[in-house]
Amino acid sequence: MTRRASIAVAVLVAIACVLPFVVSNYRTFQLTLVLVYAIALLGLNILTGYNGQISLGHGAFYAIGAYTAAVLMDRLGAPYWATLPAAGAVCLVAGFLFGLPALRLEGLYLALATFALGVSMPQLLKYHHLEKWTGGVQGIVIAKPEPPLGLPINPDQWLYLFTLAVAVVMFVLGWNLLRGRVGRALIAIRDQHIAAEAMGINSALYKSLAFGVSAMYTGIAGALGAIAVQYVAPDSFTIFLSLVFLVGIVVGGLASISGALYGALFIQFVPNVADEISKAAPWAIFGLFLIGFVYLMPTGVAGAVRMLLLRLWGKRAK
Amino acid sequence: MDAFIHQVLSGLATGGIYASLALALVMIYQVTRLVNFAQGEMAMFSTYIAWSLINAGMGYWPAFLLTVLFALALGVVIERVVIRPVENAPVLAIVVIFIALLVILNSATGWIYSYTIKTFPSPFPKEPLFGNRYMSSHELGAIGVTLVVLVLLYVFFRFTPLGLAMRAVAQNPESSRLVGIRVGWMLALGWGLAAAVGAVAGMMIAPIVYLDPNMMGGILLYAFAAALLGGIDSPGGAVIGGFAVGVLENVLGAYVIGNDLKLSVALGLIIGVLLVRPSGLFGKVHVTRV
Amino acid sequence: MALLEAKGLRASYGPTRVLHGIDFAIDEGSITAVLGANGAGKTTTLRALCGMVKTEGDVRFGGARIDGRLTEDIVRLGIAHVPEGRGTFVDLTTEENLRLGAYTRKDRAAVESDLERIFTYFPRLKERLRQQAGTLSGGEQQMLAVSRALMLRPKLLLLDEPSFGLAPRLVRELFEIMRTVNQRERVSILLVEQNAAMALALANRAYLIETGRVVLSGAADEIGRDDAVRRSYLGY
Repeated sequence: MTRRASIAVAVLVAIACVLPFVVSNYRTFQLTLVLVYAIALLGLNILTGYNGQISLGHGAFYAIGAYTAAVLMDRLGAPYWATLPAAGAVCLVAGFLFGLPALRLEGLYLALATFALGVSMPQLLKYHHLEKWTGGVQGIVIAKPEPPLGLPINPDQWLYLFTLAVAVVMFVLGWNLLRGRVGRALIAIRDQHIAAEAMGINSALYKSLAFGVSAMYTGIAGALGAIAVQYVAPDSFTIFLSLVFLVGIVVGGLASISGALYGALFIQFVPNVADEISKAAPWAIFGLFLIGFVYLMPTGVAGAVRMLLLRLWGKRAK
Repeated sequence: MDAFIHQVLSGLATGGIYASLALALVMIYQVTRLVNFAQGEMAMFSTYIAWSLINAGMGYWPAFLLTVLFALALGVVIERVVIRPVENAPVLAIVVIFIALLVILNSATGWIYSYTIKTFPSPFPKEPLFGNRYMSSHELGAIGVTLVVLVLLYVFFRFTPLGLAMRAVAQNPESSRLVGIRVGWMLALGWGLAAAVGAVAGMMIAPIVYLDPNMMGGILLYAFAAALLGGIDSPGGAVIGGFAVGVLENVLGAYVIGNDLKLSVALGLIIGVLLVRPSGLFGKVHVTRV
Repeated sequence: MALLEAKGLRASYGPTRVLHGIDFAIDEGSITAVLGANGAGKTTTLRALCGMVKTEGDVRFGGARIDGRLTEDIVRLGIAHVPEGRGTFVDLTTEENLRLGAYTRKDRAAVESDLERIFTYFPRLKERLRQQAGTLSGGEQQMLAVSRALMLRPKLLLLDEPSFGLAPRLVRELFEIMRTVNQRERVSILLVEQNAAMALALANRAYLIETGRVVLSGAADEIGRDDAVRRSYLGY
């Protein structure tokens, strides 16, 4: 990364650290969710943007992560921070396992299979034989974590900073992964998978791993989200959640790390704006935004920003 | 035993509806090689139009006919205005457009009509035909309507020049142009017909599951499963798949996994078919050349 | 006035320019051959005339410009194209293929009589009427492809390598029928062929194309006597 970019990122992180102390608690909560969604979108982007595997069911992995956290915290008394690696591990395995059969599916068929996954998730979560663990239709309520070591900040601020730390770690890991050999392999598979295989890239392994890693990211986001919202219930994880994620990466920018952040800001704040425009049909506005972006700004906000920077700074943009 | 027969017959009735929707999906797939994720919402929206017409005092069958025509026009307009610009775009862009259509239709319907559940009338008598204990008149009627639609479509495609032209476009768009067929309008007509078939399906299922903007979500999933099971490019297969899925759903739901998990049957079927035999029972196997 | 006239015809596949400005003219009632090696741009020329590739330049059919128009509109003006690979609707029956050829025509009775006339040229097609086109032999599919084009009652028939994959005897039969169709029904023919000898025997005029440019043109028998052509394309 260029020095200019590194400075920019450092400044951004510094600002992010200060934010919870200058805005209201509710805003802080919203910003926490932005970070959560950013992690989830980065996960989806790894799979769909960089590797070209369309997923309309990532809400399912978010749900698995969320429920993992809720069950561990509420039924087993685990501390909140321990739920993250657990959620990550569970989703890594789940994603990898789903990715194996998905190897045989391309494009629309994969979209179809993941769509089915997304649609059936709430029903699976409501299954009465699992009620003892999942809390059935009622769901599970989670206690809010307290700041450690008696720090003089309130729980919302602590949660925000915790999420921020996790987000920074996840983004750095992701950035490292994607700009190296792995990232190039993923993109090669997306663009010309037969040629990629001919070059010796083990396409099957990479694709399944991409599914697993992508699910892991989204699962960790789910766990964080559950902790932030303090509640999980089957109807929070309908197909619409998966579609929201899709909107996020399309608007933010496919195959782009900063895109995850732009997308997260969009899906957290625009529904409120959409609500203002039309009280009863925010999703219709969402849909129109989607169509608009596909036709007018197919590279998303990240792409537009990149072009802008190119024009301003010449060739030295990230 | 009685209960079992009832499950099977009732499954055939809903299966007929799945068959219609699956047929609509296959029709669009054959011509455009695209899976229309918004098929269910288009059908749902059309059914609401029918509801409005009936509520305004129109008789059932005139409203039915008018709705079918409306759906035809809706399909044509959507293809020309929304789909055509992205015909050659990458798959993801197309999927996103479909999803956008889906949510816009769903949301717009909720906005116009509110989310409260409404009842939708059935044109068939309340008492079971011949006093039988197995099927309500509506279920029998739904099967009947489905069969009529299927026969009409079959006759259209097999024996009319327009139907022949559409089949040609589905197989070989370039050659179709070479005989002067306006391929763009054939695609639009394909969408129109599919939308019309979907509207019929919607109007048949609404009396059973009640009218609400989210009514088609699960049904669409079953229709997908049916289309895949029968073969995504085989109309006959879609029909057989539809009836099969209907019966399977009921029987498995009643005796094996419980009604809660019925949707998972669809999920399992979809994944199963895509893994074991992606071309379905009657579809063609596609070979991609490098 | 020529039936078809092209000035500065350029065509590209994506960013790659394949035709670099071709000029030619086809007189009504004539048979014109386009010769050249593989990859010279012969097929592209036909496709450009039908609007199947990105085209620039001035192309006029019967005086009206057709460059830049949609394929289906160009076809409706009376140009029938038998493409490379024949373009048969393999899953439809022979009869359905033939009827599709007449899709744009409104004169029902004439369509039926045309069908009968096709059967006099190609009796084998009548035997295979209800058979799926994909199950016909190579030669029969070629006959079907040409017949389908003739069902349009075109003013101009474009043929892309009709001899490809056919036994010599079938090629002779086919070319004889082409001569008959040209003379009896006044169908002008533009013929792209690698089999230069047979093409020159049939045609009135010929054009030789190399890497997207016309390098030689003239009466067919003159071209046939040209030394360079004889050595490169006729093999003697």
